[in-house]
Amino acid sequence: MSEYLLLLYAEETDEAGAAERLSEMPVWNELNASLQEAGLLVSSNALHGIDTATTVRVRHGETEITDGPFAVTKEVLAGYYLLDCSDIDEALAQAGRIPLARYGSVEVRPVRYFDGDATSDQADAQG
Amino acid sequence: MNERSDDPAAAAVASTYRNERAAVLATLIRHVGDFQLAEDALQDAFADAITSWRRDGIPANPGAWITVAARRRAIDRLRRDRSVADRTARLAELISLDAQEHPPMSEANAIIDDQLRLIFTCCHPALDLQARVALTLRVIGGLTTGEIARAFLVAEPTMGKRIVRAKRKIADAHIPYRVPPDHELPDRLVGVRRVVYLIFNEGYSATEGDRLVRDELCSEAIRLGRLLCQLMPDDAEAWGLLALMLLHDARRPARVDADGRYVAFGEQDRSLWDESRTREGMQALGRAVRLRPPGQYQLQAAITALHMQSAPDWAQIAELYGALAKLSPSPVVEVNRAAAVGFAAGPQAGLELIEGLRGDPALERYQPLHAAHAELLRQAGDTAGAARAYERAIALSANAVDRAELERRLAALRAG
Repeated sequence: MSEYLLLLYAEETDEAGAAERLSEMPVWNELNASLQEAGLLVSSNALHGIDTATTVRVRHGETEITDGPFAVTKEVLAGYYLLDCSDIDEALAQAGRIPLARYGSVEVRPVRYFDGDATSDQADAQG
Repeated sequence: MNERSDDPAAAAVASTYRNERAAVLATLIRHVGDFQLAEDALQDAFADAITSWRRDGIPANPGAWITVAARRRAIDRLRRDRSVADRTARLAELISLDAQEHPPMSEANAIIDDQLRLIFTCCHPALDLQARVALTLRVIGGLTTGEIARAFLVAEPTMGKRIVRAKRKIADAHIPYRVPPDHELPDRLVGVRRVVYLIFNEGYSATEGDRLVRDELCSEAIRLGRLLCQLMPDDAEAWGLLALMLLHDARRPARVDADGRYVAFGEQDRSLWDESRTREGMQALGRAVRLRPPGQYQLQAAITALHMQSAPDWAQIAELYGALAKLSPSPVVEVNRAAAVGFAAGPQAGLELIEGLRGDPALERYQPLHAAHAELLRQAGDTAGAARAYERAIALSANAVDRAELERRLAALRAG
């Protein structure tokens, strides 16, 4: 089994849109329950909007704190799922069940491990 | 690898490489669980074969010899390379396989399954389409990175990076090495056939680049098409695709004249068509038709077969284009359908269909639409209208061969 981080991106919406998305709550709850039951769900959360985001950078020893997200994009990070799947096919199938995928985008990223003899640096050098 | 009559060992290695490499590699990848390592081990085995076969003679079963040699090379590499996941378990399995004198009886089915696994992994939708094409040619076709780069007119390091990145994604994202389950199979097969047809088209329709390399792409796509039919003999569209590629390829020698100019279908010297390709294509089409249901490749193959008759049945061609338009609607199909209707029922009937398409702003800059419009206007006797449409089509031509052909037709029209 490997872990996959599913990053949920969508355009920020107005009040009417927010109400519509909220009405889909039962679908989300059902999805979360079924992921839990299948033993795939490691963790999942929704995030507050990007107007609450703060970005930190340390340059030449100086800490810079900026109000806002790291980059301004049309679709913003709205939440995530961390899933434990047997392979990418399973992760992609679960990503397709997320209601947000119908109006936003779900980016699926395999989690990288740095333990034992399978270090990714060696894999990189091997090409 | 050159085949030389004075070096039978080298010739035997080249022939084994061409005919058995993909099957041996497919099984080795399953055993070692790593694309790169399996490819490297197999490459070692072929290098060993040259020396060994020159010294000791060509073995009775070269494929089996390569399988054993590649497995032993993989064991050596696994012992040294600590970066491979499940290394210990993989090693134990390989060593136990190596100890068996005869492969188990189930091997024949396993070889078919392994090749399917390899195809489905190389054509996995999580990989970029260009990467799927490159990986399929590299891993299954056995083309070198340099050959693939030349075929697609990109620099060799760029192509190398594309292939390495794809292999790394297979490993890091855990793209599974398996035949998809039944409920995913139809969609995934569509994807595989698309990759094969793309390879064929790249070789067939590209007008730039090394001619020999492009011919090699067509031959490779046909080899892949035959392999798909062999692995999935009940898949109607696999036969449809093979038929389509063969029937196009049969006409390849007649498509360009001695001066390198494009020759339109109706004006080709039929004696130049490749008979054995045509025969094999018609057989594959027959097989596809019997299997049903007709898919897009089968319909296109049937249209091509009808075109190849000395007196094409345009009404039937128009009807098949109609069926194709329902199955996979596209402007190409609509324009071809209008042209076929023009031949079957007269230019006015074709022009009526064209008028409907000319209202679509998305097609305003679509060159084939204006070329077909010009052709139909010419047949209807509207010389001035035809000339305007030809000019429009010429202005929109991105490729020199098309442009030259349209200019020739315009000149012929003006000459009356």
